[in-house]
Amino acid sequence: MALSHLASSSPSRSANLLKPLSSVISLRRPISTDTTPITVETSVPFTAHQCEAPSRTVQTNAKELATFFRDMVVMRRMEIAADSLYKAKLIRGFCHLYDGQEAVAVGMEAALTKKDCIITSYRDHCTFVARGGTLLEVFAELMGRQAGCSKGKGGSMHFYKKDSNFYGGHGIVGAQVPLGCGLAFAQKYCKDEAVTFALYGDGAANQGQLFEALNISALWDLPAILVCENNHYGMGTAEWRAAKSPAYYKRGDYAPGLKVDGMDALAVKQACAFAKEHALKNGPIILEMDTYRYHGHSMSDPGSTYRTRDEITGVRQERDPIERIRKLILSHDLSTDKELKDIEKEVRKEVDDAIAQAKENPVPEPSELFSDVYAKGLGVESFGADRKEKNSHGRHLDNTRDDPSGEVIIGLCFHNPLPA
Amino acid sequence: MAAIFQGVGAAAPLSSSPSNSFDSNKSVFSPRRSFSVRKRASFAVVRSDGIVNLNPKGRSAQRLISNAVATKADSPAASSSSKPGHELLLFEALQEGLEEEMERDPRVCVMGEDVGHYGGSYKVTKGLAKRFGDLRVLDTPIAENSFTGMGIGAAMTGLRPVIEGMNMGFLLLAFNQISNNCGMLHYTSGGQFTIPVVIRGPGGVGRQLGAEHSQRLESYFQSIPGIQMVACSTPYNAKGLMKAAIRSENPVILFEHVLLYNLKERLPDEDYICNLEEAEMVRPGEHVTILTYSRMRYHVMQAAKTLVNKGYDPEVIDIRSLKPFDLHTIGNSVKKTHRVLIVEECMRTGGIGASLTAAITENFNDYLDAPIMCLSSQDVPTPYAGTLEEVTVVQPAQIVTAVEQICQ
Repeated sequence: MALSHLASSSPSRSANLLKPLSSVISLRRPISTDTTPITVETSVPFTAHQCEAPSRTVQTNAKELATFFRDMVVMRRMEIAADSLYKAKLIRGFCHLYDGQEAVAVGMEAALTKKDCIITSYRDHCTFVARGGTLLEVFAELMGRQAGCSKGKGGSMHFYKKDSNFYGGHGIVGAQVPLGCGLAFAQKYCKDEAVTFALYGDGAANQGQLFEALNISALWDLPAILVCENNHYGMGTAEWRAAKSPAYYKRGDYAPGLKVDGMDALAVKQACAFAKEHALKNGPIILEMDTYRYHGHSMSDPGSTYRTRDEITGVRQERDPIERIRKLILSHDLSTDKELKDIEKEVRKEVDDAIAQAKENPVPEPSELFSDVYAKGLGVESFGADRKEKNSHGRHLDNTRDDPSGEVIIGLCFHNPLPA
Repeated sequence: MAAIFQGVGAAAPLSSSPSNSFDSNKSVFSPRRSFSVRKRASFAVVRSDGIVNLNPKGRSAQRLISNAVATKADSPAASSSSKPGHELLLFEALQEGLEEEMERDPRVCVMGEDVGHYGGSYKVTKGLAKRFGDLRVLDTPIAENSFTGMGIGAAMTGLRPVIEGMNMGFLLLAFNQISNNCGMLHYTSGGQFTIPVVIRGPGGVGRQLGAEHSQRLESYFQSIPGIQMVACSTPYNAKGLMKAAIRSENPVILFEHVLLYNLKERLPDEDYICNLEEAEMVRPGEHVTILTYSRMRYHVMQAAKTLVNKGYDPEVIDIRSLKPFDLHTIGNSVKKTHRVLIVEECMRTGGIGASLTAAITENFNDYLDAPIMCLSSQDVPTPYAGTLEEVTVVQPAQIVTAVEQICQ
């Protein structure tokens, strides 16, 4: 069992697992603020392709572990709640759930800043939350309400959060990877010193556009990190039936790759930090996160026709990301079991409150059908044939807007459009 | 896919523009032209008042040249000729527009196949790489799907890429990116992201380029919500539309035509742009409204000469904006003439003309004295044989017949 290899080396407390909890309580600082470093070993070592694997030893602290635990509990609770809402027909269409894969989202976030960009596919609810999205925005969007992150017009597969550099949320398998390389290009162009993580699945790993984008990124030395979230099934097709070479981290050929245990948030964090440093210096790198989803591909897929229930429960028992962090916290005496359970209860209530609030939220106005088709309202609205002013939408005849920038914009890269 | 390079060995004695030095020995030409260009200058010159000389080599071209009957040249280009201006070929006008915008806004970059060191297969990006460097004029591998996607991704952050398809037909490989990401991201993100890309490239039926290289994609892209489409036809509006497209916050697809790159016109020296949603009045008239765009404008103007001789007074409008249609200008014209003829190079089925017919019928049905006629290309893959290719597209004689029919 991996935990027996854990080494804790904090001088200010004993690693005595047998000490009764009651005598430890008074010595413990609140877990949420304790930043004393703790050293942990990842569950399995990294496997590297064309590069030197980072060390198995990860630095963390109680505060970070507490954040991991709480965030993953929120995500898990949110996904399970979404499951119930879908069955209650409050969420329609497609709903792809991320439970089981939470470690990838939280581990990645811990290694990045908000200046780094993340782009992923349709299994985006938890990544959105990790980037700072609120539960209300999630549930309102899922239920098609105004308070949703995309005003109810995107749906489950189209979550975006521009101010945190979260670029979605894409329904077409693999299409987000060229977009992600474009984000990396923009970062290089603007000298941002930041990187882009473009996530895709083992199903998308066989898309041609991935290799095209990787080729261009390697040629142009872009700070792009391609992350394959390998949950071993592309909808109903197992990886060995879809890929001649399921070693996704090696498929970049000339691009270095790293295989990571995606159920271990600390391993994910270590790998992402390593990849960020690598990409800023040397161009693209591929990370393969070995992870697992408990639900089927989407809500319309039971998830048991192509894999056994034993497999699912097996993974849940051995490798569940939340349980791993829980055990880590408990074994290091950072918190009590009761406190952790209290956190779970609190999260449950938070999720329920958000759902209640989202249910109250109104559906979009009918006029919203036509808004945001074009920027600055180029009329998709129907108008009378006798359009009196040619420019009823605020444009001058020469198509300029009233922006004062007659002068050249010098040296800056805008991540927002120019003010109108 | 075959690389098609237009032999623009236009060392034209008439041209006074600086950028007309071509290494005619090094460029690759379409096979039919290879003899002439090495020996002497071979170029097509068209003036915007409608005299056409598209194929100076072929004898058959002679019958396309007609007497220079003076037409009412009211186009904005002519009226701005009070300034001295400078003469440019259409591809040079595009280049000038692109260069001015790249200078004005450091966020503008160009990506496409052979746009950088090679200078662009139609020379639209010639000299830009030397001036702006490799990071702003990017040579991509032959990977339309991904580099279009990358351009769109870069645009999401605020850059303004100009994506070139070497031939519009190649953009079919990027259709998913153009349709789903380019067109829809502004909407599905609830307005968070704008995608200020310009996707441009030559299309249309050329000179026996074969079916795959003679495609008109206006009809394929027209249903995509969220994009704008414009088609340029003269050096003046090419430069103006290029600049407007780059400045626009919306994704714009700029359709150029392979055979129009060597049109020459005098352009004003001062900065100007053309409204993306506006149609151009080419020739005011009374009897019939002829709506057209891109290369067919010239066939129409040619037919107009014959029609004028026969006593008709056609009003010719170059619609320029393919999505959305400028129903203001078109509507006013329909109310005046009560007859409409649409001449386009698109296919008949589901083409721009079909949509335009529907739009006019819905909005202006009461003003029509006759059913709208729409002349389009035949619904066939463009054949290689020259004679067959000629009848695939609309010819001036057909336009004359159609007008006579409408005006009965």
